[in-house]
Amino acid sequence: MSDLKYTEQHEWVRVKDGIAEIGISDYAAEQLGDVVYVELPETGFTVEQSGEIAVVESVKAASEIYAPVSGEVVEVNTVLDEDPATVNAEPTGKGWMVRLKLSNEEELATLMDADAYKTYLEGLE
Amino acid sequence: MRYLPHTPEDRAEMLARIGVGEINELFKDVPAGALLKGHLDLPSATSEMSVERQLAAMAAKNTAAGSVPFFIGCGAYRHHVPATVDHLIQRSEFLTAYTPYQPEISQGTLQVLFEFQTQVAALTGMEVANASMYDGSTATAEAVAMAARVTRRQRTVLSGNLHPHYRDVILTNGTYTGESFVKNDPQVAGEEDLASQIDDKTAAVVVQNPDVFGNLRDLTPIAEAAHAKGALLIVVVTETVSLGMVKSPGAMGADIVVAEGQSIGNGLNFGGPYVGLFATRQKYVRQMPGRLCGETTDADGKRGYVLTLSTREQHIRREKATSNICTNSGLCALAFSIHMTLLGEKGLRQLAALNHAGAVTLADTLSEVTGVELMTPCFFNEFTLRLPKDAQSLVEALTEKGILGGVRMSRLFPGEGAMDNLITVAVTETNTAEDFAAYRKALEEVLS
Amino acid sequence: MNRQGRPTQPATRAAPEGLSTFSGNKGLQLEEALIFEIGSSQTTGVDLAELPASAKSRIGDLARTEEIGLPGLTEPECMRHYVRLSQKNYAIDAGIYPLGSCTMKHNPRLNEKMARLPGFADIHPMQPQSTVQGALELIDTLAHWLKVITGMPAVAMSPKAGAHGEYCGLMAIRACLEARGDARARVLVPESAHGTNPATAAACGYSVDTIPATEEGRVDLAALKAKLGDDVAAIMLTNPNTCGLFERDIIEISEAVHGVGGLVYCDGANLNAIMGKVRPGDLGIDAMHINLHKTFSTPHGGGGPGAGPVVLSETLAPFAPLPFVVVTDGAYSLAEYAPEAEAQGAKPFGRLTAFHGQMGMFVRALSFMMSHGSDGITQAAEDAVLNANYIMASLKDIMSASFEGPCMHEALFDDRFLKDTGVTTLDMAKAMIDEGMHPMTMYFPLVVHGAMLIEPTESESKQTLDAFISTMRQLVEAAKAGETERFTGAPHFAPMKRLDETAAARKPVLRWTPEENASHSAAAE
Repeated sequence: MSDLKYTEQHEWVRVKDGIAEIGISDYAAEQLGDVVYVELPETGFTVEQSGEIAVVESVKAASEIYAPVSGEVVEVNTVLDEDPATVNAEPTGKGWMVRLKLSNEEELATLMDADAYKTYLEGLE
Repeated sequence: MRYLPHTPEDRAEMLARIGVGEINELFKDVPAGALLKGHLDLPSATSEMSVERQLAAMAAKNTAAGSVPFFIGCGAYRHHVPATVDHLIQRSEFLTAYTPYQPEISQGTLQVLFEFQTQVAALTGMEVANASMYDGSTATAEAVAMAARVTRRQRTVLSGNLHPHYRDVILTNGTYTGESFVKNDPQVAGEEDLASQIDDKTAAVVVQNPDVFGNLRDLTPIAEAAHAKGALLIVVVTETVSLGMVKSPGAMGADIVVAEGQSIGNGLNFGGPYVGLFATRQKYVRQMPGRLCGETTDADGKRGYVLTLSTREQHIRREKATSNICTNSGLCALAFSIHMTLLGEKGLRQLAALNHAGAVTLADTLSEVTGVELMTPCFFNEFTLRLPKDAQSLVEALTEKGILGGVRMSRLFPGEGAMDNLITVAVTETNTAEDFAAYRKALEEVLS
Repeated sequence: MNRQGRPTQPATRAAPEGLSTFSGNKGLQLEEALIFEIGSSQTTGVDLAELPASAKSRIGDLARTEEIGLPGLTEPECMRHYVRLSQKNYAIDAGIYPLGSCTMKHNPRLNEKMARLPGFADIHPMQPQSTVQGALELIDTLAHWLKVITGMPAVAMSPKAGAHGEYCGLMAIRACLEARGDARARVLVPESAHGTNPATAAACGYSVDTIPATEEGRVDLAALKAKLGDDVAAIMLTNPNTCGLFERDIIEISEAVHGVGGLVYCDGANLNAIMGKVRPGDLGIDAMHINLHKTFSTPHGGGGPGAGPVVLSETLAPFAPLPFVVVTDGAYSLAEYAPEAEAQGAKPFGRLTAFHGQMGMFVRALSFMMSHGSDGITQAAEDAVLNANYIMASLKDIMSASFEGPCMHEALFDDRFLKDTGVTTLDMAKAMIDEGMHPMTMYFPLVVHGAMLIEPTESESKQTLDAFISTMRQLVEAAKAGETERFTGAPHFAPMKRLDETAAARKPVLRWTPEENASHSAAAE
């Protein structure tokens, strides 16, 4: 999946036509365990890179999700309201959380590509 | 000491297993100068009989409500609690269990909480309720904080007829949170104009019903005014028995209902422990404070209950929690739930009707006394009288005659001259016709 | 031969594999439906008077017309419902309940009896003060005991529970700092703290700054000093801390915080280890709440009520909240409003609750203290510490003790000893349930991995401790021997198997509804 870029906090971003789709990595989904709730922002909310954009909850934990890039929220994944388990099932696909209108494309260069992230994960173990 | 099982031999053996010579070696991390050498300057251990004697002597210096004609309310009410309630809450398994963190061996407490939440939601006319708060006043302060989270606004309008202690708890809790409060003066008679004070920066408006004077009001217009500006209506109920007879806050449009549950199942206890009820709409559930019990199934598919949505709470969310509450009022909630189960809908309605009928009778009787005026035309079991003299001296004179006749409003609203001649009188099913006659006679004597 | 009576047939076989009962009950373990499924709105278990025919209404058009939805049960049905439910609970009266940080000790019934004396239980908080002199005396007497035990000059009695007490203490600290004209911004909280500490600091408008722990499980003094500055309002620490260790640098910590003009809050959850042994007042503490429901054994009641009086230093005493008891020439009164308090030289920060605090808990706590006396209080602390160290000494060879001892009143282990066994801390806890013991506190404190925090309290006899230790050792050996099925499916013998907490949180069902009842009936058919 070479179109994804990753942060060290295990968020990913996929950019298409100036819109950045954001979610959490397979590794993060595995670490969190069964996701029971995702608190999503309202559309129109603007966030700086590394700012808090969502909260993912499992039964006994809550984890803040940070925006990999700056931008304005244009869409949130309402599927997660009904079925938060989608985050576990398809973290990098249907389990996406937020779509941002990218405000600074240069920030993408600060993120890891898939290979670099894989190496980063190996370093964690 | 009868509560400590070890013999000196046990202690010696245990110290030997640990590998130390004497107990103070286990306290070696305490700074040497701070370790106490002798005992504290307090009495020594004593027998059960001696403790009973000493405490009974203190208790005997108080006038128990049940020993006199008794008409005090204003946030705590003397109702009859069936013997079954007190027996059941003293069952070891309820009394001496911890918070139900291990659901497989806590289903008793958990099912009770699920039933309690359902009862409270039904009673208040709301969709969901939590597993209790400390009392009605702290529940009210929590409701104000919750409304600020839900609306992301910081301005709260407080009715002037809110119990002043509740108002003060709200103000204290809001001291350093950036919230602002619009305060109103108390008005024993006549409508407050709260609607005009609600603007599009308002998080909530807080109204008590019946209010501190006993007035009952239809809150529907305030609910509509609040909702028109995107604000929430918080309804406070300090006499839960009223909900057996009066239209529910939910039916009047409340968004959060908080109540003092003491009236059901719990004694007066000089102000605590009581049980705060907290109910709201389903859509706000993740902004609620306090514990919640939810239904689920076990590994065999059997229905069971667990504490749930804990990510709102301090033990997980720490400084981002919806509240810092941990221990709540579990056993008082159990007492509430058992008493409510004994009453059932039929019993609660009858209880409420008896309370109301008694209050109407006494209000009519006392307002026949020359110079006494009933200030609250529409009330449940508590009403306010204006006296031809100051209420403080009247209360004192009645007390000397062995009648605890009510709360002088100057105690609740000190420094407000308009309150000097007002007394608020509560009647419950525990009052008899003889109590009423004694009250009238004493009142006539004091006023003549 | 002429024989009377019936033959005796000895049972010879265990129950066949997979045998279940028709009713779902298992002997004394009885299934119990919800009151909404067994009661009805027309049933009541209370005989109330008839309404007089002459009764008039003064509630105008506010009468409740809609159905409430409250089922009733007759008295025998009600008794049975709650007795059956009670039998699904574990309790300290039934066995060891070693929940670390919770101090589940024996609850003497004398305390219950005293709290029910009509002179305490049946008095109203707004009664004329001349009619409640004994109640005010009791509050004042309890306050005296708490002040002597902690070596502190003042105590605020009204907080309703521990977290409420923390709030009271931090509010007093903030009020004191505001009075100095310098509210400050940060509260330092060790990473091992109870969650209530940071939640409380936030409620008082402070930001929370976390202090790391040392390898020895204590506050890192160097890290603390590095974080100190003139914007630090307070430190909130727990002593003994949540790892069960005494913060041996406490005096130096207090001095350092005081040195930058900050104040020291101590979470008193673990007072049980040190009462009668060391006084917080001698350690530089400015405020500490006391969980009467832990240390002084007012029963926990399945989640409360508690009571959380807060002792205060001279610096903070004037800021204690309303109301408080005032003694003048042997007569007691209540300062309920600011002018009354100011007349006493006080500057109360406000009011925490409608009335005067948890009177019912005060009576129980005082009854407990008087029974123990000064000698019994010290002995209880020593026995609590002795018991925890005995457990530590008896298990540390096969479990992994997190820190070097001696510990105070609780023994902390982590899950290193379970490495590669396939058994987790949670599994171990659930297997303890099968053995008839309440599990220890798990996964707290957060500073060690897979924490198991065992607090036996002084109530347990050596015999009970030996049985506990023996069972724990067998469980650990079984885990290490690869008997994973004993653990991963546990509990096998409790009234319920493991419950699906994920499902409960994903689709919260927080109340019974008639629709749900219909779906249950349908499933049963």
